[in-house]
This record gives sequence, C-alpha cells and structure tokens, in this order.
Amino acid sequence: MQAGKPILYSYFRSSCSWRVRIALALKGIDYETVPINLIKDGGQQFSKDFQALNPMKQVPALKIDGITIHQSLAIIEYLEETRPTPRLLPQDPKKRASVRMISDLIAGGIQPLQNLSVLKQVEEKFQLTWAQNAIISGFNALEQILQSTAGTYCVGDEVTMADLCLVPQVANAERFKVDCTPYPTISSINKRLLVLEAFQVTHPCRQPDTPTELRA
Amino acid sequence: QTEILRPILYSYFRSSCSWRVRIALALKGIDYETVPINLIKDGGQQFSKDFQALNPMKQVPALKIDGITIHQSLAIIEYLEETRPTPRLLPQDPKKRASVRMISDLIAGGIQPLQNLSVLKQVEEKFQLTWAQNAIISGFNALEQILQSTAGTYCVGDEVTMADLCLVPQVANAERFKVDCTPYPTISSINKRLLVLEAFQVTHPCRQPDTPTELRA
Repeated sequence: MQAGKPILYSYFRSSCSWRVRIALALKGIDYETVPINLIKDGGQQFSKDFQALNPMKQVPALKIDGITIHQSLAIIEYLEETRPTPRLLPQDPKKRASVRMISDLIAGGIQPLQNLSVLKQVEEKFQLTWAQNAIISGFNALEQILQSTAGTYCVGDEVTMADLCLVPQVANAERFKVDCTPYPTISSINKRLLVLEAFQVTHPCRQPDTPTELRA
Repeated sequence: QTEILRPILYSYFRSSCSWRVRIALALKGIDYETVPINLIKDGGQQFSKDFQALNPMKQVPALKIDGITIHQSLAIIEYLEETRPTPRLLPQDPKKRASVRMISDLIAGGIQPLQNLSVLKQVEEKFQLTWAQNAIISGFNALEQILQSTAGTYCVGDEVTMADLCLVPQVANAERFKVDCTPYPTISSINKRLLVLEAFQVTHPCRQPDTPTELRA
C-alpha cells in the first residue's frame, strides 16, 4: 500500500491555512496542496465533498496518517506531537502556556471575528471597520502581553506556534489597512519572522493558487 | 515562612469560558479562590485598570497559579493538564488528542467568540439574538456531524476530555439564546450524561459565589 503524502486543503490568502503551511515547512514535511477557493463558485468550501472533510466548511484541513484534522492549532499540536523536531512549543509548561495563550488570542480572539463568513453578515459599509476593530482590540492586548513574553520572537528566542499565528494575522491587519504604528513589538517580531525561509516559501504570494496578479 | 496561596480564578458565573476552567479545576481536585468579575455591572468590571493589567484582552477567565497569570481558557486547561496530569483531560493517543483539540477549538474559537457579549454589543439590538443563534447553529451543525465519528459515552471516546468541558457550557449558551437543540441528538445526549457528573454540577453557573439570588439553584 502506497503511503500518500499529507494533503493540505488550503486557500492562498487564508491566515489559518498559512499557520499550518509554516508548521509543515518548519518541520520539513512534504505535502500536496489542494486549493479551496473561498470565493469562486460561491465558495468551494461549501461543496459536498469538502463539507464531508470539514463540516465547519473552513480551511485548512490536513489529511495525514490516515486521518483528517481541521482547526489550525489542533493540526499544529498534532504535528508537534508526532514530528517533535524542530519543536514549536517550548519544554517549560509556563512558557508553553504563554505560547498557547498568544496563539488562542489570535486564532480564537481576533481571526474568527474578521473572517469571511462573519464579515458577510455585517452590512457592507461597516465591514472594514468591523474587521479593523477586531484586529485593533486584539493587537492592543497582544502588544501588552508581548512586553513580558517576547525575546527575539513572541515567546523567548525560538520560533513557536505563537509566531505561526502572528505573521498571518499581521498580513490580515495590512489587508484591512490597520495602522500598526501602535504595535512596535508586534511589528518588529513580524519583520524578523518574515525573513525566515519557512515564512517566505509559505507566503500567500507564492502558493499554487496565488492569482497571477498577486504572485511574487 | 511563606504561605502557599491557593490559585485564584477570575470568573463570571455565566461565562461559558470561565465554566470550562472551573470544571477542569474541579476534575483535577484543585482547590481555588474565586474573584468574581461582573461583566455587566459598573459598565463591566473586566474593563477596570486592575483587571486589564491581569488580562489585556479584558475577558474572563484568568487564572493566577504557580506565580503566573494565564488567560485563554484552553491555554489554562492545557497548563493544568501538563502540571497536574491526573486525572487526564486529554487522551494519550495523538490522533485522539487531535480530535479533542479539534472539537475544543471548534467551540472555543469557532462558536463562542462570535456570540460573546462584546461582539453582540456591536450588532444592532434587534439582530443580536439571530446573530448569536446563527453562530451556534452553524457550529452545532458541524459538531453534530463530527461527533458521529469521535463520540463514545462522551465527545471523544468514553472518558471525559477537554472537549466535554467546552461542550456543556456551549449547550448552556445555546439554551440561553433559545436555540432548538432537537437537530443535535448526539450533542444533547452527551450533554445530559456530563451534567450528572459532580464536577459539572458543582461548577454550574447556578451555584457560583456570584450567582444572583434569583438564578441560584
């Protein structure tokens, strides 16, 4: 029986998908991408086939080791437990708590409030402000938290799951024209991370489904 | 001689996120002190300067333990799991752990944030109930389907896990927002089984230090 490569269901610009792409890249896991276009055909995430894979009708989803996992942080924690090096969570439980706290703040406290399906429920003229508010509230808190946790990166001096959440969220902030001047720590950590190879090769501008006009 | 202080939980009786952590503390037999944070009174006590210093997200719960303060309910629960490993709240098998986290994240990241107080306040009042209901219905539609492959007695197999700690408070929210749970028989039956367990009983919103008299059990 041929063991297939893991399959990642991803959208080039989905921040949640980007988190998982970075994890796979950092851990040197070769995978296949099946692009799910969130806009075309009324949104390919609503197809019967994809809904069977992920009943939440969201990307990312990862087929690996005979199972399908969704929810980006659940995927990353699974990768961490089954492919432990290089590590994405520190060894110390208190530092691990900081990593999860920051990751949950972004993945649970900011991104869901400004994702496509929520924005569609807001009157069009208010959508931008809504998204900006979600990001600003979260970044106000995150900037404060990073004062006590950050070293080179979000938690200390090694790349962790928190950093995998930060960079895509900053990209969202830029897309929604959020002024990041009030967030110098977030901005400088983001800058440092963006030069790393795993963040470069997984960037939305370099994906199989990146539209030509947005390609790097 | 240093006095060893009990952990302190900043909690609101009706906050589903706080309830998750209360259940974890109860299951692990961890004695703690509650500092109630009333999300409505005084314009919302979560906005006080003192509380904001504790949790810059201005949300409950927050837990002071072992000399640190943690917020985000699942980060708290995972910390408790790693430092007080018995009884376990996550299975040993990585694939089952993934299912537990997937379900927990679906609820804690995919449903609850969309229907919490601060988001609802941004929606026009006449639409708030529908908004909350839609968030829960979308999530429960997905969850009911997922549970078909993961559930045993509880959400994932036959032991209580972090997923169950998320489920029960979310069902309570569903009831508060008058969501009809008839389309969710698996969610409903698991919820029923969990509610009779002591840890879910003693931590119930109707039995908290800050439960208003009229809502007290």
